[in-house]
Amino acid sequence: MYLTKEEEKMLDGEYGEVVERMFRLLVRLGDIYGAEKMIPIGSAQIAGVSYKSIGDPGLEFLEDMASKGARVKVLSFLNPAGMDLEQWKKLGFPEDFAERQLRIIEAFRKMGIVITSTCTPYLAGNLPRYREHIAWSESSAVSFANSVIGARTNREGGPSALAAAICGRTPDYGLHRFENRQPNVKVKVEAELSRISDYGALGYVIGKEIKNKIPYFVGIKNANVDQLKSLGAAMAASGAVALYHIEGITPEADLVEKDGIEEISVEERDIKKVYEDLDCGEDPDIVIFGCPHASIREIMDLVNLLSNRKLKKPLWICTSRSVKELSDRIGLTEIIERAGGYVVSDTCMVVSPIEKMGYNTTGVNSGKAANYLPGFCKQKVVFASMEELVERIT
Amino acid sequence: MKGRVISPGKAEGRALVSKEPIGFYGGVDMKTGIVIEKGHPLEGKSVKDKILVFPCGKGSTVGSYVIYGLKKNGVAPLGIINKETETIVATGAILAGIPCIDGIDIEKIPDGAYVIMDADNGIIEIKEEP
Repeated sequence: MYLTKEEEKMLDGEYGEVVERMFRLLVRLGDIYGAEKMIPIGSAQIAGVSYKSIGDPGLEFLEDMASKGARVKVLSFLNPAGMDLEQWKKLGFPEDFAERQLRIIEAFRKMGIVITSTCTPYLAGNLPRYREHIAWSESSAVSFANSVIGARTNREGGPSALAAAICGRTPDYGLHRFENRQPNVKVKVEAELSRISDYGALGYVIGKEIKNKIPYFVGIKNANVDQLKSLGAAMAASGAVALYHIEGITPEADLVEKDGIEEISVEERDIKKVYEDLDCGEDPDIVIFGCPHASIREIMDLVNLLSNRKLKKPLWICTSRSVKELSDRIGLTEIIERAGGYVVSDTCMVVSPIEKMGYNTTGVNSGKAANYLPGFCKQKVVFASMEELVERIT
Repeated sequence: MKGRVISPGKAEGRALVSKEPIGFYGGVDMKTGIVIEKGHPLEGKSVKDKILVFPCGKGSTVGSYVIYGLKKNGVAPLGIINKETETIVATGAILAGIPCIDGIDIEKIPDGAYVIMDADNGIIEIKEEP
């Protein structure tokens, strides 16, 4: 691999042991994937934050890095943690879990990382531009940045994203190169999609079918940012889709080559079947929205549905700390709490230990959450729209 | 034998060979270095101070942190030889500073052989059969 003089110095240890190890990691990963050079990155988003995911091995590694003086070079945000970092006690998170989770966060803080634990960094102060190279980890954030914004990132693991943040570089391979961003399956959507959960259902069924291919959608007439993040998240979870194009909507759709590729179609009944297949038929013990983290518009939608109703079961809407700040300020949090729900931030249902908090059946409007909850949290799932789920617990 | 350098350094010791992939997270105890995966060919054996030979890693990406933890706790293998190192093991070996070479026909390394690794140059020598 070609390295600049500066990069040679990093590899030779002139900037210390941490930079040398971290850069060596990037160079080797680049070799494995056939990169010819390194590229500077604009920002990083680092996974492997929840104590539930990384356990003591990760905790010890991160504390060790922090104590050796590791510092990030670029704007770096964190993936969701295993709990709300402020109101964990009120929400019933276990004490020993919280102690270890806070140590992980402290290690990241020492490295100069912005403690905003979210899967929607683009809604919370870390917004890349079109064609900017970045090193992000969280699969739905990667999908959104690549597809909706047209920034360029591979799906990084926790250590490789941290290494990229510390070195300010990432190896030039995969989705950093335009030739690898071409679609290889055309998806004709012959269904009316209106609710956010409809896009989650579409993503769920397509991800399962196309696995890690790059789809080019036709037939989606209009979709807002919330719907697109739901679509991408579900495809990245049920498959491994890190980039999608939508005719007339996403920025690279007009630039890529889409003639002569395989075609599949999705009809109304395919979407309906997802709702049927992902409904365990039992009443939820808890309903959780905000996978990926809710925008302020989604919180407003929930508030409109809750008007003067009283919840019979717990309800969370998960979001980033900065969106919660808005929600607090304009009184939405108060309305949700008065109905018996919570606006939860820094975490979500997938990475928090809800199975240890007495919940067995979770209601979600997210295709991604519906995909992960049975395995990660031993939950039975009720997948439905926000409207229906609120209806079922009021 | 010559392979590809994944993580540089020099090491020599007895080979511990697994024909099956190794998943470090949940598969190897970080405190003791003992393989704990039920039914794994190396179950109950310690990777400490061995040249650990296996086809590739498997399982959770947290495995990288386990490899790092093994080194920190003084129970890591001296070196790692793979058929093909994937990102979990590559990441762990590089972060921990454990010499690692891949692209090796591991069938040719008998369990218990004394192996010399020059992972600066990707060279492996079998000095003594078991």
